[in-house]
Amino acid sequence: MTAVDASLTPLQAGPAAEPFVAARAGRSPRYGAKPSMPTSVVILIIIGALFLLPIAAMVIFSFRSNQGGYTVGHYIDVFNPALEYTYDGLFVGIQNSLALCVITVAIILVLLLPVMILVELRYPKLRRVLEFVCLLPITVPTVVLVVGFIPVYSVLSQLLGSDAWTLGFAIGVIALPYAYRPIAVNLAGVDVVTLTEAARSLGAGWLPVLWRIVIPNLRRGILAACFITIAVVLGEYTIASFLGRTTFQTALVLIQHTDPYVAVIFSLLALILAFVLLLIIGRLGSIRPRSKD
Amino acid sequence: MKKRYLAGAAIAAAAALALAGCAGTAGGGSSSSTKTLTLAEAQKATSADDFGGMDGLVAAANAEGHLNVITLPPSWANYGQIIQGFEKKYPKIKINSANPDGSSADEVAAAKAQKGQSTAPDVFDIGTAVMNQNLDLFAPYKVQSWNDIPADYKDADGLWYYDYTGLMSVGYDTKKFPNGVKKIDDLLGSDFKNSVAIKGDPTQANEAASAVYMAALQSGGSADDIQPGIDFFQKLKQSGNFLSTLPTQATVASGETPVVIQWSFNNVAWGPAAGSAGNPNWKTVVLPGAGLGSYYNQTINADAPNPAAARLWEEYIYTPAVQNLYLAAGAYPAQLAAMEKAKTVDAATLSKVGAAPKDFVQLTADQATKAASLLSAKWAAAVG
Amino acid sequence: MTALASNHGAGATPRRRGARPPRRPGTGWIGLIPFSVYAILFLGIPAVLAIASGFFTSAGAFTISNFSAFGDPVILKDLVGSLGLSAASAILGAVIGALVCYAMLGMNPDGWLRTIVDSASSVLAQFGGVMLAFAFIATVGNQGLIIVIAKQLFGDSALSSPIYTVPGLTLVYLYFEIPLMVLTFMPALEALKPAWGEAVATLGGSRWTYWRQVGFPILAPAFFGCMILLFANAFSSFATAAALISQGGIWPLDIQRALTSETVVGHENEAGVIALGMIVVMVVLMSAYGVLQRRAARWGS
Repeated sequence: MTAVDASLTPLQAGPAAEPFVAARAGRSPRYGAKPSMPTSVVILIIIGALFLLPIAAMVIFSFRSNQGGYTVGHYIDVFNPALEYTYDGLFVGIQNSLALCVITVAIILVLLLPVMILVELRYPKLRRVLEFVCLLPITVPTVVLVVGFIPVYSVLSQLLGSDAWTLGFAIGVIALPYAYRPIAVNLAGVDVVTLTEAARSLGAGWLPVLWRIVIPNLRRGILAACFITIAVVLGEYTIASFLGRTTFQTALVLIQHTDPYVAVIFSLLALILAFVLLLIIGRLGSIRPRSKD
Repeated sequence: MKKRYLAGAAIAAAAALALAGCAGTAGGGSSSSTKTLTLAEAQKATSADDFGGMDGLVAAANAEGHLNVITLPPSWANYGQIIQGFEKKYPKIKINSANPDGSSADEVAAAKAQKGQSTAPDVFDIGTAVMNQNLDLFAPYKVQSWNDIPADYKDADGLWYYDYTGLMSVGYDTKKFPNGVKKIDDLLGSDFKNSVAIKGDPTQANEAASAVYMAALQSGGSADDIQPGIDFFQKLKQSGNFLSTLPTQATVASGETPVVIQWSFNNVAWGPAAGSAGNPNWKTVVLPGAGLGSYYNQTINADAPNPAAARLWEEYIYTPAVQNLYLAAGAYPAQLAAMEKAKTVDAATLSKVGAAPKDFVQLTADQATKAASLLSAKWAAAVG
Repeated sequence: MTALASNHGAGATPRRRGARPPRRPGTGWIGLIPFSVYAILFLGIPAVLAIASGFFTSAGAFTISNFSAFGDPVILKDLVGSLGLSAASAILGAVIGALVCYAMLGMNPDGWLRTIVDSASSVLAQFGGVMLAFAFIATVGNQGLIIVIAKQLFGDSALSSPIYTVPGLTLVYLYFEIPLMVLTFMPALEALKPAWGEAVATLGGSRWTYWRQVGFPILAPAFFGCMILLFANAFSSFATAAALISQGGIWPLDIQRALTSETVVGHENEAGVIALGMIVVMVVLMSAYGVLQRRAARWGS
């Protein structure tokens, strides 16, 4: 499918490689998994519309006047000076959350990803252990886990201070289940063992194999993992609130107590902000280095 | 429970002794009117005098530059304005407001979790049941206007002191219920289908439990016998009138929760008082007959990262200006009687809110414990 | 951890094909260290501490009396509620999410639509709490858009909203379960090699043959793996539920009540016991799934 994939397909031993055709699937008659265009469009429109309903209900509510009828007054209220003192909290929160995004994504990429590849290549017996470890954080509800963070953070705060960015370690744990699954699913679909062995037998070193072959083949899974990790960070409330750090969500919750209409407006803004942020990252991520082959 | 209370008292007494020692040496060593205390000394200061008077306290608090408050939602008992007022009065001190949705238990948990860190809460606004279990977390302090707080509203050593109480009230949408709510049994009527909400699970949230206690008082029960309150909610559930969702300002504005039983200051805050943000048809009634109140307490964290600012906050809370702000939200402040005597109470606000209730029921610690165990045994079955 | 071991492991899964040259025992285990240290510090220690709290009284003495929580009829009823809600939202979420992934297969994998769906899914998969609750109240609450329209359509003013019950929560949970499925399952669908479809077509197989013989068997482990993630996600989520069903009914709310109650104080340690119960449920589920997978692998080969 991708340029890299296509050049590697012959390496993938097995019965499927035999009738390898270079042409892109979309233009030939349909076969395999792809649905027809009308099927795709109908499914996406129906489910998309259902997902827009609650958002639409929030938008409608944000225009409702408490005197009956509709108004843009609540949007003007956003600039109400009475709200002003919560705003600097909001900007501090956004700043902290963005820093946390970077740290948490780094944890996923630097700590989780290498270990997943290593286990897949060298220690497949550990796969189930790793899966359990990565799923564990979701089975212990955050409200409980956070109790266990207390002693860890009382030591950590002496080493690194109690700035908001230190929360990244804890949120990284919360993000593990979500980040693990897309990478695992991608790993299962690409036979990295055969790929790397083929490359190795052709004389490539470990690092080039990782960088040129394994990572490009896992691009989708890694991108999805980063996406959801960022979403986890932007949506995380419990840990930040319990450990008393200001993040995007804690600042938002504070604002939500002043005015229900403004609260809904800010929630919509929060959704849009996160969405746009991910959209930008996603577009950057899908610019493909075409020079590779 | 009793034992803990004693242990707490013993610790407090020990702390007070230690303090007396500290204050003695500090007093001897310094000659200027304002004193610079170390963090440990400031954490043990029991009055503004330990800082060399109010000016010294303000200077020390300014030097700290921060104050961490916790579980103070801006719409609760006017805390939005109270916090803003503090920052205006003391512009060098920045307030960090944590976990506005939290419970009293969350306050204690945060203090334990962040012990020794700069983000730990400095002051608490805390319910009595949770407070009594954690007396060793607090530092004794007496504000300048200490004598204006009635004796039974405070701990003799200054470990805690009442700040305000609301009364359990019924808020409802007059557009939907033009006949109003005159007695609690009105809510069982068929007009009120899917309408009546309380603030959470009574086995968890004090405000929801208080709704049950209020219903008990209104249905022939007493502070010692809250069973009639549980029975009332069972009937409410059976008639299909009980709405088991968490009411918020948004659900009141959207009409989803047309009747909410909660503290008067919250019903007031969600009504016309909120201007374009509130529900203009929202009416708050405290039902005639025995009312139910419950004072919250102010306490200072013994390990406060900003001990001077924490003490300055208490001084600020117990000024007539701030006590009037509580009152304006429909919360009766602890110093109200003294303020009425000294004529520092805002007369217009008082007449609007209504005179302070002469007799309302407040559950004692033992009654609350008994009521809670009855709730945990019976509540789920009643509304399940 | 020798080459032999890794070959054995490889043999157990269906997608390993052919023998591989034995590898010399290396220093690869060093690569496991950083993650292990991180997991022990920030997951192992906190989880053990949290669970261990279940074995102590609030005064700090060892006890197993907290386990009496499991004899409480409310806790048992709430377990059933939790399991039902999680299973329903996981199954529906997985099926509908997979359907969306299937539809997305027809779209350009590097196109705008794909990025939009990815971004929206990420945001919605983590959208929860009071605001999600309110969005649904405004949509399907008693005064919400849909119920008001339905009342007018059917003239039944007694119609009441289903979202304030535990089963009704399924609908709300789908709002974050489906996007989570889309995000996690999409990479599996994309990894289906076009060549396999071509092979089936060349051999004269229909698309149904393709799905039956190639698609489903290859996707099944990923599908059920994602479903378990969805189950766990629903099983432990509480903020949205807390806002919608104020009177409890699922385990996470019981935990929250034990931890933060202002009225019934001194039951904090029961939270650890219920959390342990939640882990046990997940371990049982994952082991059962593991057994199932190994069986399937044996039949398949």
